[in-house]
Amino acid sequence: MNLPSRLLQLLMVVLMVGGASYLMMQSLPGDAAWRIAAGRYGYDALDAAAAASVRAELGLEAQGGLHFLYWLGDILRLELGTSLISGESVWVEIRHQLGNSLSLAGAALGISLLIGPPLGLLAGLRAGGWLDRSLLAVCSLLRATPQFLLALVLILLISVEMGLLPAAGHGEPQHFILPAMTLALGLAAVSARLVRDAMAAVTQTAFHDFARWKGLSNAQTFWRHGLRHVALPLVTYLGLQFVTLVEGVVVIESIFGWPGIGHALVHAIFSRDVPMVQGTALVLGVGFVLINLLVDLLGRQLDPRGVK
Amino acid sequence: MVKLLSRLRWQYRTFLHDRRQLAVASVALSLAVVQPSHAQDASAAQASAADTRRLEIVAPFDIKGADPLLSGILFQRMQIVETLVEVDATGELQPGLATDWEVSDDGLEWRFTLRSGVQFHDGSQLDAEVARQVLEIASAKPGLLKSVPVERIVAEDAQTLVIALSEPFAALPAYLADYRQQILAPAAFDETGTAQQVIGTGPYRMLRMTPPLSLEVTAFEDYWGPQPEVRQARYQAVSRAEGRALIAESGDADFTYGLDPASRQRLSQSPRVTLAAAATPRTMLLKVNANHPAFQDPAVRRALSLAIDRTAIAQVVLRYPRGASQLFPPMVEGWHDPALPELHQDVAKARALLDAAGWKVAEDGIRHKDGQRLAISLITFSDRPELPLVATVLERQFHAIGIQTRLDITNFSAIPAGHHDGSLDMALFARNLAMVPDPIGNVLSDYAGTPEAPGGDWGAMGWFDADFTAELERMAREGYGPTPAGQDPRAQASGVIQRALPVIPIAWYYQNLAISNRLQSAQVDPWERSFGLSELRWAQ
Repeated sequence: MNLPSRLLQLLMVVLMVGGASYLMMQSLPGDAAWRIAAGRYGYDALDAAAAASVRAELGLEAQGGLHFLYWLGDILRLELGTSLISGESVWVEIRHQLGNSLSLAGAALGISLLIGPPLGLLAGLRAGGWLDRSLLAVCSLLRATPQFLLALVLILLISVEMGLLPAAGHGEPQHFILPAMTLALGLAAVSARLVRDAMAAVTQTAFHDFARWKGLSNAQTFWRHGLRHVALPLVTYLGLQFVTLVEGVVVIESIFGWPGIGHALVHAIFSRDVPMVQGTALVLGVGFVLINLLVDLLGRQLDPRGVK
Repeated sequence: MVKLLSRLRWQYRTFLHDRRQLAVASVALSLAVVQPSHAQDASAAQASAADTRRLEIVAPFDIKGADPLLSGILFQRMQIVETLVEVDATGELQPGLATDWEVSDDGLEWRFTLRSGVQFHDGSQLDAEVARQVLEIASAKPGLLKSVPVERIVAEDAQTLVIALSEPFAALPAYLADYRQQILAPAAFDETGTAQQVIGTGPYRMLRMTPPLSLEVTAFEDYWGPQPEVRQARYQAVSRAEGRALIAESGDADFTYGLDPASRQRLSQSPRVTLAAAATPRTMLLKVNANHPAFQDPAVRRALSLAIDRTAIAQVVLRYPRGASQLFPPMVEGWHDPALPELHQDVAKARALLDAAGWKVAEDGIRHKDGQRLAISLITFSDRPELPLVATVLERQFHAIGIQTRLDITNFSAIPAGHHDGSLDMALFARNLAMVPDPIGNVLSDYAGTPEAPGGDWGAMGWFDADFTAELERMAREGYGPTPAGQDPRAQASGVIQRALPVIPIAWYYQNLAISNRLQSAQVDPWERSFGLSELRWAQ
């Protein structure tokens, strides 16, 4: 892996994501001026005069590819423009809302790491035991439950019936717990299975048996010869899992009233907020490339075989 | 357990409905970014130390930005901003930032006396010059004020604001009560006239605004009026109705607005909240294109109206006691005419009217005339979740009289857009009939127009009555003095709409909310102008 090829990849992502989101926004049915005015003023105040003033203000008549070229020029200066709805800078909006999504995703990932891998390790060490079998059942159940349903079960049980945590909202630390738990349970279900399989495979190997023969304790064997093998699939999985996590975050945001990037993107698409959609897609696309890079680098660290 | 499962079932169903929208946005991933806030005013510590209880309000309205045009209605509801003229529960105009107003004999010059000693939240003083600047900014933006024949606005002295008109306009004070005419401090605006901050004069000042979902206010110590008992309040936007209901049910919200029928039923069992409802000047109506070959005949529009079972729609879908019997609900006094014959269902008569109009049922069960099939499209939108449900019922009820309806559930902007390009057949929506506390503003913009451009975006389409328009314009100029025959001209106008049916009223709306037991009692403002924070009392 070399840096120039990664940079080229990044550049291609920027161009393709920007171009694709621009073209997609242009090809949506309906008049953009009406949609933007609808997003700004709501149905009670929307009328032809409002749409006409939006049209005049944004120069929507002079469309064509020109706007895309302007956008590219702005990107070179690290400018994402301003939202057509709120008038706020797209950078500020994205920082704010992506920040909310990321902090939630981070909390979920943290909780899932505390639950999933330890259980998976214990199950893998005694493959076929009662823990292994019941873990399989619980994991399958959790994985098969849509996050929406899981969220409602948690809200109804923990907030409505027990009154322990707020049902929804944002701003206080306790607001993190329910949405993060919802995401974490699904994540933990898979990571537990993954770790369990990796651990079970390790215990079958000759080097594991040898480590035990030469007198290392269970813990020592795991620490020196097991951890690295288990960590490799886990890191790869968690990297990929970010995708699922953000998809989950979008659903979860809507249930828990979380002001994240999913909420922002849905609204931006509905109201033709082109700079906001392009900016968000761009930041997310670049994020993907960086996450993949990070996963590759970590994988290389964990398994240096084959590197010259 | 069974209860839990049945709850989950209906919530999952509503979820599946929305899932498609979410899928659009589930694109991708992330960069490490810190979490700033759009903090507007950080001087949180100044709040009264005596009472740290914070009132929690949950409603469906997103916060878009500081400008009055974007989210001004919310700032008004939170009592951060005020208008020159206010409205009481009965719809009577009351002094606001203006204590008094009078009009010259020719009706061309309005003189508003401003309240003295009014301070903005930034410490600056309100005077006539400030009010003039703000109204000038407001009148340059889209909004109802544009339709008022304002010639010039002058600050005569510190307390006197004069608005000169090119022709009389009796409803001017009501227009000044509209949220778009809220009085902000000049410092709130940037050079383009867009407000960047919310600096009002209300009993609460903005503590923190975090678009799109929350804002926090605290009592303003230098408010000109009495100090409110509730010192702190937070507003949270939650877009899903079942999400709002769960928050109310778990006791996390003191005021929860916009409850759907199913949640209302469930919350009525909850020991933590009390339900409240208030009639509001909002009517669900069916806009009909009177240029359509079938609907240009008033008898066909009457047949549509006769096909609709309003009571069933009200009771089954909306869980209201009854449907609309005319355009204006009883709370809009003057415009509602109790003497009008009620709109009702009579399927046999509807069929007879269509037969008489030449629309005959063909083999496929759909009516035809001169080779044209009576198949039309009906546009509605899902921002109000009850609309698609009612549209589905209408589809069945129109089918029963031989009209085929194709539902098109889309963005609400398709309705005014379809009005202007002429493509719209029918549209179902909920119209606020009193954006300005005096409905004349809405009636003029929705039902008057000109022969070339009859009706309005959210009202009549292709329907024009020259006498009616002239009479509305006269009422706007001169007010509502009785007609020569001694009748209320407003009731007469309602009668014209009822007979011609350019739109078909279906149901009158109620505001539904849940109030927590932490509060002693709460008034619901029927005009949807205020959450009534400053009037609230804690239970202990």
